[in-house]
Amino acid sequence: MTSSATISVARNAFREAIRDRVLFSLVFFAVLMVGAAVLFSQMSFGISAQSLVNFSLAAITALGVILAVFLGNQLVAKEIERRTLYTLLAHPVRRGQFLLGKFAGLAATVAVNCGLMGVTLLLALAYVLPGHWAAGEAAVIAALYLILLALAVLIAIALLFSCFASPVMAALFSLAVFIIGNFDQNLRRLGSTAHSWLGGHAAILVADVLPNFGGFNVAAAAAHFQPIAWRLLGWDTLYAIVYAGVALVLATAVFAGRDLK
Amino acid sequence: MLAVECIELTKDYRAGFWRPRPVRALDHLSLAVEQGEIFGLLGHNGAGKTTTLKLLLRLIFPTSGEARILGQPAGMMARQIGYLPENPYFYDYLRCRELVEYYAELANVPARERRRQVAWALDRVGMAGAAETSLRKCSKGMVQRVGLAQAIVHQPAVLFLDEPMSGLDPLGRRQVRDLILELKSRGATVVFSTHILSDAEQLCDRVAILQKGRLAGQGRLETLLAGEEDKVELVFAQAGPPQRRVVARAELWGELDQLRAQGAVIHAVTPLRRSLEEIFLSPGAPPASGGRSAAAAAPAAVPVEAQRR
Repeated sequence: MTSSATISVARNAFREAIRDRVLFSLVFFAVLMVGAAVLFSQMSFGISAQSLVNFSLAAITALGVILAVFLGNQLVAKEIERRTLYTLLAHPVRRGQFLLGKFAGLAATVAVNCGLMGVTLLLALAYVLPGHWAAGEAAVIAALYLILLALAVLIAIALLFSCFASPVMAALFSLAVFIIGNFDQNLRRLGSTAHSWLGGHAAILVADVLPNFGGFNVAAAAAHFQPIAWRLLGWDTLYAIVYAGVALVLATAVFAGRDLK
Repeated sequence: MLAVECIELTKDYRAGFWRPRPVRALDHLSLAVEQGEIFGLLGHNGAGKTTTLKLLLRLIFPTSGEARILGQPAGMMARQIGYLPENPYFYDYLRCRELVEYYAELANVPARERRRQVAWALDRVGMAGAAETSLRKCSKGMVQRVGLAQAIVHQPAVLFLDEPMSGLDPLGRRQVRDLILELKSRGATVVFSTHILSDAEQLCDRVAILQKGRLAGQGRLETLLAGEEDKVELVFAQAGPPQRRVVARAELWGELDQLRAQGAVIHAVTPLRRSLEEIFLSPGAPPASGGRSAAAAAPAAVPVEAQRR
């Protein structure tokens, strides 16, 4: 399996996102940030920074989730619907390479998006806390990195669903997984305290199978400029690689045997 | 070595939501296409032409049977294959040149040769002047031409074209016909599906006729068209408007003597040659389901070649 086909597909997926003006969301975000920075700068010193970081990381996550889910679940469906996949797969491109390329292309798009939003956030922090913002820089960057990892996992899951479900269903499934995955700890607590044996085990099973998106959320710590442990970053990186990898392998297995009618 | 070979190729789909039942789209199809041939797949809509092409390209998988390209199982020779789907749609955010370049990249055309190959392909389909036009702004005919360019940009040994003339004006159709003949002269094998019989008559060395997923006939055009060469059409007038009569060639002279004796004026004597359309529309279509072989299912009027060589 050559990687050149994967890179070509990834580059084209990225080009599609750029030319379809996906990054216009950045303009929206920038306007939001300028407004928030002006608003929060009216508050007291500590609260303004906390509020700005919390608000911005939530906005970055929300925009990233929208991109990951709504572009991710169309990656395969749109190619089949428009039959562009036929000519693509008639060339020496394996279905796994196609999926991996699409994943990489969208992940790159989301990364650029998040990166630029992150820069905007750091500039806004510099405005709100002139001369003091550097203290929280590392924490904010770490939080952005973890958001990116979570979005990569979400893209892989959206891609998996898009291999067998309609775009609407795939979007709903992906969103459901993201929401439930953010309540991983609650599910585990529910599992250990549930009165019903079946209910308790079901909650634990769901928490085990679905990705723990809550584990990627360090917004509260970042807002207080608390350092994010390297160990947590390393562990979450490994977790994201394994989880996204398994989702992509499953997607390839599902897609490899699918008839393209 | 055969360019394309289908051996008892069968495809069933499942139809229905609550109680899905199998629907046979292709029924034990056996075909053999020689290298360097132009081979036509003919049939009505739903006859199984596109299903056959998709099976050969591994876009769908056979229920049973086997497809081979250049002696290898289908899917193993992708570098040697070019494909144009029916009514193609391409990434409309790209320019024509970018699209063909993308496919050249996927086909592993070396970077140093890519620009030249892309320019050649666009030129051959008459799109050199519109290379920088966005596909969003292209007409249906232009998209069809760009589709052909992406199919030939890596100079494949076997080309599958699904209704290649669709959406083209007369000039475009002629250019595509010339291109197919040029590709043949370069040694390529071209398999194309069509329901436009004049295209097949002008281009194909051999054709296969599909009816309801089954092979109704396969062979050289001359063989298929020679079915009624032993008949002659007479046009004559006998105290009234001209009349037409078809007689066996052996009975021609006797019939002429008789007409002349009756004082008839002979306007024309024309040997009858079956048109492909007559074969295409001939009665005796095989039944829609069942497990008979393609040879057994073929109507008596259409000769069927040996199923495997």
